[in-house]
Amino acid sequence: MAETQTMREWLLAETPTSRRHAKISALYQGWLSFRSNTMAMIGLGILVLLVFIAAAAPLLSPHDPFVQDLGNRLAPLGTDGHIFGTDSLGRDILSRLIYGARITLYIVALVALIAPIAGLLVGTVSGYVGGWTDTVLMRITDIFLAFPRLVLALAFVAALGAGIENAVLAISLTAWPPYARIARAETLTIRSSDFISAIKLQGAGPLRIITKHIWPLCISSLIVRVTLDMAGIILAAAGLGFLGLGAQPPSPEWGAMISEGRRFILDYWWVATMPGLAIFTVSLAFNLLGDGLRDVLDPKAGE
Amino acid sequence: MMSTLLDVQNLWVRFPTRNGVFDAVRGVSFTLGRERLGIVGESGSGKSMTGRAILRLIRPPGIVEADQISLEGQDLMKLSEKDMRAVRGQRISMVMQDPKFSLNPVMTIGDQIIEAYRLHNSASKADAYNKSLEMLEAVSIRDAERVMRAYPHEMSGGMGQRIMIAMMLIPNPEILIADEPTSALDVSVQRQVLDIMDKLVKERGMGLIFISHDLNLVADFCDRVLIMYSGRIVEVCDADKLHEAKHPYTRGLLNSLPRLDAPRDRLEVLERDPEWSEAPSVSGSE
Amino acid sequence: MALTEDNNQRRPTRAPLTDQVWPFLRTTLLTLGSIAVTLLGLLFITFVIGRVMPIDPVLAIVGERASQETYDTVYLQLGLDKPLMVQFFYYLWDVLHLDFGTSLLNARPVSEDIARVFPATLELATIGIIFGVVLGVPLGVLAAVRKGSWIDQIARVVALVGYSMPIFWLGLMGLLVFYGILGWVGGPGRVGIFYVDVVPSVTGLILVDSLLDGNWDVFKDAFSHIILPASLLGYYSLAYVSRMTRSFMLEQLSAEYITTARVKGMSEWDVVWKHAFKNIRVQLITVIALSYANLLEGSVLTEIIFSWPGIGSYITTALLSADMNAVLGGTVVVGLIFILLNIFSDLLYKVFDPRAK
Repeated sequence: MAETQTMREWLLAETPTSRRHAKISALYQGWLSFRSNTMAMIGLGILVLLVFIAAAAPLLSPHDPFVQDLGNRLAPLGTDGHIFGTDSLGRDILSRLIYGARITLYIVALVALIAPIAGLLVGTVSGYVGGWTDTVLMRITDIFLAFPRLVLALAFVAALGAGIENAVLAISLTAWPPYARIARAETLTIRSSDFISAIKLQGAGPLRIITKHIWPLCISSLIVRVTLDMAGIILAAAGLGFLGLGAQPPSPEWGAMISEGRRFILDYWWVATMPGLAIFTVSLAFNLLGDGLRDVLDPKAGE
Repeated sequence: MMSTLLDVQNLWVRFPTRNGVFDAVRGVSFTLGRERLGIVGESGSGKSMTGRAILRLIRPPGIVEADQISLEGQDLMKLSEKDMRAVRGQRISMVMQDPKFSLNPVMTIGDQIIEAYRLHNSASKADAYNKSLEMLEAVSIRDAERVMRAYPHEMSGGMGQRIMIAMMLIPNPEILIADEPTSALDVSVQRQVLDIMDKLVKERGMGLIFISHDLNLVADFCDRVLIMYSGRIVEVCDADKLHEAKHPYTRGLLNSLPRLDAPRDRLEVLERDPEWSEAPSVSGSE
Repeated sequence: MALTEDNNQRRPTRAPLTDQVWPFLRTTLLTLGSIAVTLLGLLFITFVIGRVMPIDPVLAIVGERASQETYDTVYLQLGLDKPLMVQFFYYLWDVLHLDFGTSLLNARPVSEDIARVFPATLELATIGIIFGVVLGVPLGVLAAVRKGSWIDQIARVVALVGYSMPIFWLGLMGLLVFYGILGWVGGPGRVGIFYVDVVPSVTGLILVDSLLDGNWDVFKDAFSHIILPASLLGYYSLAYVSRMTRSFMLEQLSAEYITTARVKGMSEWDVVWKHAFKNIRVQLITVIALSYANLLEGSVLTEIIFSWPGIGSYITTALLSADMNAVLGGTVVVGLIFILLNIFSDLLYKVFDPRAK
């Protein structure tokens, strides 16, 4: 008990003893204010649960998500052994939802890696180099921003062919421009600051300045934006899946499951309802988490 | 003794925060006659809050409490919000710090002044327009017709503040609260704006509450000065006797200012005594 | 001699004139230039997508069993032997003449198809945006004025749900509840099967056409079909519009000029509507224009759920049957509308905000 008290005191110390101490203490205070935000904590809880479910899918799912049982197709909710019923091929919906969590996380994680990194590269180079490079890169960014995202993603998938990886690529291609804008704006303010001039005087080249000094400072605003975008990414991926352009059958992707259940919506409503609820819950969780993070990291933008 | 216009007794302004209730103004009492009353203090001393509390402009969650705020015998604390609106503008008005922010940026100046007039006078648009022109001329604005059609961002700071004064005086109030009216202005036009305000206040026999952080300016411009520190009045004195002030805070403030008539090598740094904020508020009643 | 004198006399008046005209001309030219570049970029991207597509455009026209000779003729006709840049210019030329090629499915010009399906989308999105604005703006204003109250909480939940719900799923659920269970609205499609092609198509907007024809039965039926998809679509713009309205209003309400208005003795209602709300109108119109553009996009998935014969259905059907010309044509048209709405909202700022002049 005394141990934790002192730990807490150390974390909340008003005069940090070292740079690392200050950093950890700032993180801890951010965590404290984040923790007081109930909705954000609920969001975080749902997402932790989702990761756990995805990781332990084989242990948690009561049935094999791919095994068909045509004798027991379209079984309603609460059927013995199938809490969420079965789909048109007699597959257990709950098991498919559990395995579908893996696909959702896979898509979200990949897009959340590719798009911000691409945006960061374009934005920092554009902001730091300036001149014509800036004009050209920002024009390209504007062109991509001018497109309706879903339609552009549709066209890309049409060109590349259907499939999860192509869906990820298509969503990333439509998702990077806002990150480039943010990174460029941050770079412009950082570039003209005194400490960058000091580093320049010490002989640091552009590459070193961008990678070691500008990128780390862009990260926090990008993280907030990514978390807020995650829900949109999930919805876009589900939309592509629904159109049959994302994950291909028999893969238990949630959007594709809705598409399959759509044919029976009036008679066997649960087939399409359950995966929809899953998508809704996860994207809601990301939205709650994103709002909470924004309040902690960027209090001004909230209200 | 001149007649009392405003009598404020035991005024408190409170803001609930995450770490308990913060008292911005703590039991302030004073009276105002047809005079120029200065309220001086540093930022956070509660001087602006006092001004806004009189007009009951503190927004929730802020709370205003007072034994009374009586305007010629009528207790403003007891008025309904609707009756209070008849007091604002028409009987007590306020000029704020920066005309860049206190004028509506997307409304023409004419519309804003006419609006102020017509809120309290059932005049025709043409009458209100003429009255506004007159008022603008009264604050020494040349080419008033053009200014009426202009937008605030096209005006300089000094002009903006004169427009603000015109707008606030057009319903002919009895009291004007001027909250740091010259702090955002160039030094070169401060005096001019003050003179115009002074002239109008005198002509109309109004009471003026002049809120400022600038001790010299207040000493120069006002009849009587209240010195506020951390939500309380620590000292009251006549402006011309300010240099005889006794409270250590006032003395500290005076000594931290450079003076041409008494040059010194090093100005004093203000030492704060926690006791000052604990001592009860001095009454500013006459 | 007289001429120079004349010039001298004019100079003082002319100089300020050019001072006024030149910056205006400059911004206009710059804006037009950037619009042109954006449009070129849009067309370039669709062009590239068309070239990357794993579909042989020649085979698609001549069919699998054509002779090598026919194949080569068509290959040359399409200009596929030319360098890519030249091909791009051919493509540009065609698009400028609103020629998106021929649909491979029904052998009709794509532009005719689009002209036929577009009004259906327009009708859906317009009713959707009306729904979103009529409810979203007052909700946003109230949420800002009564910040932290129950109405603010409701507005927050409405927005959160809107941002988190897959639109196609919400459509399905709406269909299930309001059509399947309650039977309050018409099912999928624009009109019931007995009313198809009953009224002559004048504008392509079936609500308008039926009114022009004076056919109330068709109007009622069409209305019962459009109300559900349009209000679900509108819900998304409601979420967005109310959120933006709220944050704009909060910004204005915390401004000092609002205190000025209160000092003048204005009622709270007038402070909110005559000062704060009046000042967000331009921003709001921008948001509504963007939201309208987003609705066109959202209609893609909604149209599929409701078998709505609009441009979204058209693009996806074409996509699934590898009808490349139709996909690209549809994409270009939607992209164009998107860009135009963006430009429109930019211009609004410049025209209506006195500070921007």
